[in-house]
Amino acid sequence: MAGNLVTELSNLNEKEALTIVKSRLSAGENPTRILSDVRSAMEIVGKRFEKKEYFIPDLVYSGEILNEITEIVKPRMTGALATKKRGKVIIGTVVGDIHDIGKNIVTFMLDTSGFEVHDLGVDIPPQVFVDKITETRAPVVLLSGFLTLAFDSMKQTVDAIKAAGLRDKVKICIGGGQIDDNVRKYTGADDWGPDAMTAVSFSRKWIGGK
Amino acid sequence: MAKTIEKSPAALYQEREKRIEDAIALGVPDRVPVIVSFSYFAAKYYGITLKEAMFDGAKMAAAWEKTITDFQPDAYENPFGTRHVGMLSEIIDYKMMRWPGHGVGDNVNFQYLDFENLKADEYDEFLFDPTDFILRKFWPRVFGNLEGVENLPPLRMIHSYGGFNSLAGLNTPEMDRVFATLDKARKQAAINAAASSAYARKMEDLGFPAVSGPSSIVPFDLISDQFRGTRGAMVDMYRRPDKLLMAIDKVLPMILDQAITAGKKMNCKRVFIPLHKGQEFFMSREQYQTFYWPGFRALMVGLIDAGLNPCPFVEGEYTSRLEFLADVPPGKVCYRFENVDFARAKEILKGHACIEGGMPISLMCTGTPEDVKARCKQMIDTVGKDGGYIMNAGVGLDNAKEENIRAMIDFTKEYGVYKK
Repeated sequence: MAGNLVTELSNLNEKEALTIVKSRLSAGENPTRILSDVRSAMEIVGKRFEKKEYFIPDLVYSGEILNEITEIVKPRMTGALATKKRGKVIIGTVVGDIHDIGKNIVTFMLDTSGFEVHDLGVDIPPQVFVDKITETRAPVVLLSGFLTLAFDSMKQTVDAIKAAGLRDKVKICIGGGQIDDNVRKYTGADDWGPDAMTAVSFSRKWIGGK
Repeated sequence: MAKTIEKSPAALYQEREKRIEDAIALGVPDRVPVIVSFSYFAAKYYGITLKEAMFDGAKMAAAWEKTITDFQPDAYENPFGTRHVGMLSEIIDYKMMRWPGHGVGDNVNFQYLDFENLKADEYDEFLFDPTDFILRKFWPRVFGNLEGVENLPPLRMIHSYGGFNSLAGLNTPEMDRVFATLDKARKQAAINAAASSAYARKMEDLGFPAVSGPSSIVPFDLISDQFRGTRGAMVDMYRRPDKLLMAIDKVLPMILDQAITAGKKMNCKRVFIPLHKGQEFFMSREQYQTFYWPGFRALMVGLIDAGLNPCPFVEGEYTSRLEFLADVPPGKVCYRFENVDFARAKEILKGHACIEGGMPISLMCTGTPEDVKARCKQMIDTVGKDGGYIMNAGVGLDNAKEENIRAMIDFTKEYGVYKK
């Protein structure tokens, strides 16, 4: 009898989790059921991160185990895994800034929380954000930046969204190492946050979800 | 009316140096010292691009000199080490950084790229002979124009009679290219070093002590930043914690040796130590206690034993780590904080270490001089109350407003005087 995948994966027990996945697959189980357990486990990981029981190394390690499981399970998949997403969120590091650790953590957290994340990457010009809003009609935009030059890039991005007539269609939250309420006021964003949890609760507030 | 006597640069130098030393020794100086990191603000203030600073040493030195003499902080920063390395970076084809005019805009600060230069299965090789690993594995991965050096025979076996025949391994077309690169690089590095020393002498002649002398690095950060990458080092905490700890132990004496040797040649005992991966968001308290703090503390104690003052630049959020930071020999360390609860820092570090910082960079970039003065007053009244405090902003002032920098420095000089 295989152990509990949700427990082992959420406790970051790599060997145990992989053993369970392999034995369930060789027992002929439908891969989508395994991936559904994986998703539940990752939700627990995300919750523990929110409660500060887990930290970035734990998230990164859970991501490593997740990749290994996906590698094993994917070849057995017959169709795509249909998951219902909560809503769309656009995220990117603003122009001039190429830092991505914080942005990637937010993307990871939003993804495990069930949002459809459109991660534009780093060094993203304002117009690219505007185009993505037009294309996806996402109601939440998250701007990331680590350097102080990002203050101006964030302001320019908010201004470009305004100029495109989209400001009342989206809620904008800014985040990064130097960000605080002074910067929020300066940029004209709706909210700011020092960590990934703020981004998740901001998205939940404007899109919904538990 | 009393006649104001202009102080000589030499007298000003002594006065400023003593002010900083007194604060670090947890004494009460004549007033709160005020130090800033102008960073690329100096280029903008002087009217050159960041790219010009990166590539033209004379213009850069002029920009920083004008900025420091105009604003008159208590110490000067030497930008040569990291803000004037454009030519050298291009000669070696340095891969781990983008700099103004090379991967980022002409007016955008240099930014670091995260690489895995030591693969998970290469720890043993590194632990066996770090110098050989750095020469033959690290260099060609990080310095594009030194590719080919990986085909050298291990130099550790070239010593004995007959063994020296292995020098033939250095006589290959690809080593011709490596030697040509090294020849250009050493000459450029020597030019940079001479310009850096000349600038340092000039600033001292003008009456300014250095903010810091040698730079150093916490063992975990060295392994994470340069060798395993952020992700690699984090995963190693789970998959190969013993190897990670062995690597940390291995690099500590290497780091100490470098900083202490550099310190002996410099006119400043303060060692700049930027902290990268140990902040609250980056690892748990338990991970910090296991992988970060022991090497960090051993580094500080080693530097102190050599007569130096560790000055860690505590980047990120650090309030929950303050109890660790207090466990150092008293009156020797100066922590410059970016984000911390300063009242709590004062409470915990009092009698142990000097506190530097307290001016949020967001205020310097978006606030008014009145906001800045109010924050200075609050910091001086609380954290600065009985010495052991240096005014500074959280990070470099690259994009700060000129009038806010003036307000911060001038107000601190006026309001920060200690009453005897």
